[in-house]
Amino acid sequence: MNRHFSPFKALLAALLLLSGTALLAQDHGYADADDEHSEHVEHEAHPDGAAHSESDARDAEAQDHGHHEDDAHGEHAHGEHGHDEEFVAGTFIIHHIADAHDIHLFGDVHIPLPVILYIEGKGVKFFMSSAFEGHGHGNKTCELDGITLTMHAADGTAADGTSVVSGQITASETESALTVYDFSITKSVFGMLLILAAMVWMFLSIAGHYKKNPGQAPKGMANAFEPLIIFVRDEIAKPSIGDKADKFMPFLLTVFFFIFFCNMLGLVPFLGGFNITGTIGVTVVLATLVFLLTNLNGNKHYWGHIFWPPGVPLPVKFILVPIEVFSIIMKPAVLMIRLTANISAGHIIILAFTSLIFIFGDDGQAIGAGSGMGLFSTAFMIFMYFLELLVAFLQAFVFTLLAAIYFGDATHDPAHH
Amino acid sequence: MGALLTPALGTVVWASIAFLVVLFVLRRFAWGPILAALNEREESIAGALNEAEKVRKEMQELAASNENQLKEARAERDRMMREAREMADQLVIDAKNTAREAADKEVAAAKDAIAIERKAAIAELKSEVGNLSLEIAERLLREKLESNDEQKALVNRLIDESPLN
Repeated sequence: MNRHFSPFKALLAALLLLSGTALLAQDHGYADADDEHSEHVEHEAHPDGAAHSESDARDAEAQDHGHHEDDAHGEHAHGEHGHDEEFVAGTFIIHHIADAHDIHLFGDVHIPLPVILYIEGKGVKFFMSSAFEGHGHGNKTCELDGITLTMHAADGTAADGTSVVSGQITASETESALTVYDFSITKSVFGMLLILAAMVWMFLSIAGHYKKNPGQAPKGMANAFEPLIIFVRDEIAKPSIGDKADKFMPFLLTVFFFIFFCNMLGLVPFLGGFNITGTIGVTVVLATLVFLLTNLNGNKHYWGHIFWPPGVPLPVKFILVPIEVFSIIMKPAVLMIRLTANISAGHIIILAFTSLIFIFGDDGQAIGAGSGMGLFSTAFMIFMYFLELLVAFLQAFVFTLLAAIYFGDATHDPAHH
Repeated sequence: MGALLTPALGTVVWASIAFLVVLFVLRRFAWGPILAALNEREESIAGALNEAEKVRKEMQELAASNENQLKEARAERDRMMREAREMADQLVIDAKNTAREAADKEVAAAKDAIAIERKAAIAELKSEVGNLSLEIAERLLREKLESNDEQKALVNRLIDESPLN
């Protein structure tokens, strides 16, 4: 009688399996946190000036050593990853959702990505990110044609005192800093190119399917995506834009599928946790395109509403016009922030619950608490994953819908209605 | 947090180039044909549905008109049958009348003929009777008057019989 498949048992088994995996990962996570934390504490411990001078000192020390070992290592001379430091969830999370120059699969396994740098006065440098040396998540360095390149592990200040962000590459030659323009194929750029290439392949073959079978019921991939294409057309574009919807359809479709696929890629586990649409560099481009398309297509009614809002008393116009002008930029900016924040937030929550395991596990000292938390966290993460699947679609929908509404505002002709 | 909030130059450049290239490629080679195909198919489906509706209506009209025609035909048939029956009745009546008239004529003619024949027969009979009477009288006279006695008897009887007194 009890032989039939029980979803509850299957769920329990999955929970145990995942919490086991999470505990295994704990060791790695702890090791990561160790390095990061030593950096973090160092920056926190000293006032700005002190941190500055110490950074200089560290840099000099690293140069003196003649080889490029991890800064934190050189400074603290840990040698081994001791289990004496506290795990800092914030640093751990930010590091994992920020863009990177390689794809971190698990443990020390990284997929290197091309680094393309334009260094002022030195020209373009092209090499793989595996050239950077240094283990864990500390600063990594690379010697190239007499130039020392430093890939910063965390936000802070560089050797020359300028502020740097996690993942930023700075260059120096004989202790004088060089200006670096980083055009690397980073994790987000790589993921984005992957998605865009997949989109070109998919939608070209779908278009081929329609050309080959005119007027027939769709099959396969065309059948899978036709409802979404029609959804964008009939639920987003037409109600928001109206007659001129056709003009904006290619952009709306491309944006919708790009965001949707990027969001979905970010949810694939064991793929390095892509956070493409949570990378502000990507969303700023999408928002800029929305801004340009809105304002380049703006008709006289659109501009009229901004610079001479009808139906309001003159004094109100003085308040309203600046607000309207500000909103020209604010609307796409909000699109950008909403998308980035939502997708990053999803990743942050999942990582936060992963971190809870390490925190409750007390850096491997309290396996029981860690396992208990692992069970709870895993259950919650499964819930979060389902929520994120919804969010992945929802954010693509919201971005596309609001873009369509802005296009509609810009092209709406009240004389027609 | 800086890494999350600062748009990296490289990312922006790559995203702009890649996204715009893909946008134009897809617009030209994917979205255009796909949307055109979808529109075309939707129009053809809508057209087919309209056509079907039209045909259905036509069928309905056709059925209605068939019904009408049937009704008319039935009425026509009834009318024709009634007319035929009336005509037949009339014919029968006419035939009867004609027959009666003919019969009456025949009867009248027969009656006339009979009457004429009767008259002729009566006339003939009269003359025959007269002749016979004369012959009888002649013979009687011849026989009776052959003797004197008989002549005297006869004259006496005649005198007796005659209303002289």
